[in-house]
Amino acid sequence: MAHYDSAMALSDSDVRHVARLARLGLHEDEVAPLRAELETILQHVSAIAELDLAGVPVTSHPLELVNVLADDIPIACATRDDALANAPDRAGDGFRVPPIGA
Amino acid sequence: MSWEAVIGLEIHVQLRTETKMFCRCPNRYGDPPNTNVCAVCLAHPGMLPVANRVAVDQALRVGLALGCRIPARSKWDRKNYFYPDSPKAYQISQYDEPLCAEGSFTGVRITRAHLEEDAAKTIHIGGGDGRIAGSGASIVDFNRCGTPLLEIVTEPDLRGGAEARRFLTLLRATIVATGASDCDLEKGSLRVDANVSVRRSGDEELGVKCELKNMNSFRFIERGIAAEIRRQAALLEAGEPVLQATLHYDPASDSLSVLRTKEEADDYRYFAEPDLVPVEPSPAHLEALAAALPELPLVRMDRLRAAHGLPDATAESLALTPGLADYFEELAALAGDARAAANWVMGEFSAHLNASGSDPHASTVTPARLAGLIALVAEGAVSSTGAKQVFAAMIDDPADAAALTERLGLGQVGDTDALGAIVDEVLAASPAEVAAYRGGKVQLIGFFTGQVMKASGGRADPKAVQSLLRERLGG
Amino acid sequence: MAALSTIGLTAEGAAMLLDARAVSCVELAEAYLRRIDAVDGDLHAFLRTHPEETLARARALDEGGRSGIEGVPIGLKDLFSTRGIETTAGSRILEGFRPIIDADVVEACADAGLISLGKLNMDEFAMGSSTEHSAYGPTRNPWNQALVPGGSSGGSAAAVAAGLAPWSLGTDTGGSIRQPAAFCGIVGLKPTYGAVSRYGVVAFASSLDQVGPFALNVRDVALLLSIIARNDPRDSTNVGLPAPVELPEAEDLKGLRLAVPRDQLDAGVDAGVAALFEATVERCRALGAEVSETTLPHAGHGLAAYYLIAPSEASANLARYDGARYGLRVDAPDVHAMYSETRRAGFGAEVKRRIMIGTYALSAGYFDAYYGQAQRVRTLIRRDFAKAFEQYDALLLPTAPSVAFPFGAKLYDPLAMYANDVFTLPVNLAGLPGLSIPCGLADGLPVGFQIIGPAFSENRLLAIGHALERAIEFDPVPPRILEGRG
Repeated sequence: MAHYDSAMALSDSDVRHVARLARLGLHEDEVAPLRAELETILQHVSAIAELDLAGVPVTSHPLELVNVLADDIPIACATRDDALANAPDRAGDGFRVPPIGA
Repeated sequence: MSWEAVIGLEIHVQLRTETKMFCRCPNRYGDPPNTNVCAVCLAHPGMLPVANRVAVDQALRVGLALGCRIPARSKWDRKNYFYPDSPKAYQISQYDEPLCAEGSFTGVRITRAHLEEDAAKTIHIGGGDGRIAGSGASIVDFNRCGTPLLEIVTEPDLRGGAEARRFLTLLRATIVATGASDCDLEKGSLRVDANVSVRRSGDEELGVKCELKNMNSFRFIERGIAAEIRRQAALLEAGEPVLQATLHYDPASDSLSVLRTKEEADDYRYFAEPDLVPVEPSPAHLEALAAALPELPLVRMDRLRAAHGLPDATAESLALTPGLADYFEELAALAGDARAAANWVMGEFSAHLNASGSDPHASTVTPARLAGLIALVAEGAVSSTGAKQVFAAMIDDPADAAALTERLGLGQVGDTDALGAIVDEVLAASPAEVAAYRGGKVQLIGFFTGQVMKASGGRADPKAVQSLLRERLGG
Repeated sequence: MAALSTIGLTAEGAAMLLDARAVSCVELAEAYLRRIDAVDGDLHAFLRTHPEETLARARALDEGGRSGIEGVPIGLKDLFSTRGIETTAGSRILEGFRPIIDADVVEACADAGLISLGKLNMDEFAMGSSTEHSAYGPTRNPWNQALVPGGSSGGSAAAVAAGLAPWSLGTDTGGSIRQPAAFCGIVGLKPTYGAVSRYGVVAFASSLDQVGPFALNVRDVALLLSIIARNDPRDSTNVGLPAPVELPEAEDLKGLRLAVPRDQLDAGVDAGVAALFEATVERCRALGAEVSETTLPHAGHGLAAYYLIAPSEASANLARYDGARYGLRVDAPDVHAMYSETRRAGFGAEVKRRIMIGTYALSAGYFDAYYGQAQRVRTLIRRDFAKAFEQYDALLLPTAPSVAFPFGAKLYDPLAMYANDVFTLPVNLAGLPGLSIPCGLADGLPVGFQIIGPAFSENRLLAIGHALERAIEFDPVPPRILEGRG
């Protein structure tokens, strides 16, 4: 089976960009090895990129359910202590996080 | 050179429901931080969204009111981005199959209206002026997180700040009329972003657009858009490019500041939300929702114009305040004179409501009482000036208009003999003015009229006075 | 009394002991806790136990009276939220996280009077086929401690095989119940998508994940399915089962039309596995089934489609682990750096790989070629199965192409690891039920036989599995355990 070469060519900057999108904190020395791993995987999965599937509908879900809707009736919330119990940095009534930055 | 502005709006409306969009925590404004939260809206592991039936219906009501096409099927998508106000790091929204598709409202094309969930509230602390950059930390309150939100997107069909303001005013009145939202800008249940670009008049191609965010009143939206149009036109005039940016309008200084520039396109990696299933509103359900909608402001405006012959501006402003319009219609029916009814409602009655802060139907001046006063004026039993005094008295006195007119001694002096005597007195007291009038200063008729009105205690009929004056002065 | 042995004890058997008052709930729970203490240091099936809660529940049942299945212990994969009890999904990023709710399946077990023994080891976020990707160290295979137990629900399978729990729950996204059941010589069922609530189950790939039972025999699997398959309004994709679960009694396969999708075996099957598979197919014939051959022309693309769809969904599902509200946080001067450093420190290599693949596949410019195309392949695979089920009641395949493999054998070769799921993941893509039963030993190691049916055909699969199990007479107790080694 031929491969979808154009799609699997992955550059180091692609790897950095994707890691940034996913907030994975990649160090510079990890970029090249990860790129090689991802390329191998992409090379394999790219086989389907070249199939001619025009006219085939997508399946995003195995069940063909529609209109699963809940009645608008409140259910007891968590207590604030429960809500904040796992907070790595609780600040009074809220969750504290570092500043959003420039 | 002449420039043309092209404006499209993105309007976020918090929907009125008991519970949130995807969990059953209360949808309530103003509660203590992190009290209306659960494992779902805190995005704990393994938590799943379940869509709110009433939120869907509220969104459909708005869509129907805006003339949107409601597609047979809509679906949910994940919009991925990391931010402290987004606990799942994706927002559940609708990307390519919105609940409400293309519509049209006051001649402005609606691109779409789709459901999504509101973000949490972050409070920035410890860093100087409270603006985001450089602050010490953020505290996150998830009460608002997951509030049902309808995003309405317009085509770039607006051409100026005032036009945008009028569109928004009518849009808000319409949404409020559907009951889907209270559209309170101060509480943030209505939020508006404007995309503004400027091009040479007559050009087809659009200019580079900038986004104005977070303007918290319609007046500021109007002024912000106007300021942005001026800014872009000045740049183009000077031959400089407009750079795509998100801007903040500061109404105090009437100036714009850049929040961020668009260096690279956002990549939200939208994909179908696998935890939810599509929504397919049945035709019967849509019919029932449409049938249950109240008369909407635009429809009412047309009817007020057609049925009562009101001028556009009066019809529009009445239609925007349904309580007042109801009062007007009741009054017009009782008084049998829509024009007089409109004048009273828009004038004295509105001023009284503003001063007392009361609802039209809570006012002591009921349509029946005001209709009585209108009848007295029509009969000539009280002058229009006197009627205003009677109206003022009616507010605190339950007596009817005729009794109050009598009690205040405002019964109009209509008989020619009594009026003739007053006219004669006035003319006798002002020989110099009489001479001047006869010498050609005919505008002094106003002076004499005023003197007579004064002498009569405002009870004279000004038309009768003038005709007597002309007679005596031989004009 | 003589110390109760939990080895080879089924859930139904344990309930009989309780009914006969041969043991109390507390004694039964203590026996399992003792067994865990004795052997789990080596095996590492459990990430944690909570003996006080376990014994308190048992005591309450002893005091309040019990009947039926009440009082039987169970082990839970650490992917299930347990209120107040640490739930990590095998990840550092959730270390110390105590859920504020119970997963629906956890509630269902408690409602049925089952007593949780603790949380079972797994590949981090259920991504893996060996449990080597657990942040807390791998689980060993009770048949041979140099081998992996399979994964991702390796702890769930190993615990049952080694007598640490009479039954357990796991999840299956691409084979994570069936493959470890096969590797550990026990029975595992992946129910139809939507049969069991996913509420409170830490998500890996939402359109593929499904909770299911592990047990020593098909009847126990049926019994546990009847407890967990219920309608839960908190999961929009959950419908429960259309008919009650029937405890299987079938002794033969008369009147059933079965088929082997022969083209699938081209993917390569180890000789020992292939031989046992063919022998079991013959046994189906001997039991009265009509067995034919068929094809699933697009299932060959399943591996590629799966390794795009699952990582894509996972990339979004795992984005919530950001250090803000729970779990690990690595401090940093601004929030985006905090996210990046927390996720860098908190996720293991395989999880990062999959997040990278998924993020890439969803990103602008690649969506159609990857994710969109994978979803179309998914449609074709569903159609393949639907067409086959017009003619056949069930399809037969090996559960995995090999028996359990040694630690490290595939750890550094993701594609080889992924290929282990080749016979299981098309079933997830189509949302179908699949049952794995042990069909014998190849080189002394258990081999799994997979029965795949149309959506909501669980009762049929359980009946087929039961009849085959009676005929095969597989002994699920590893010899080394019988010999007292572990």
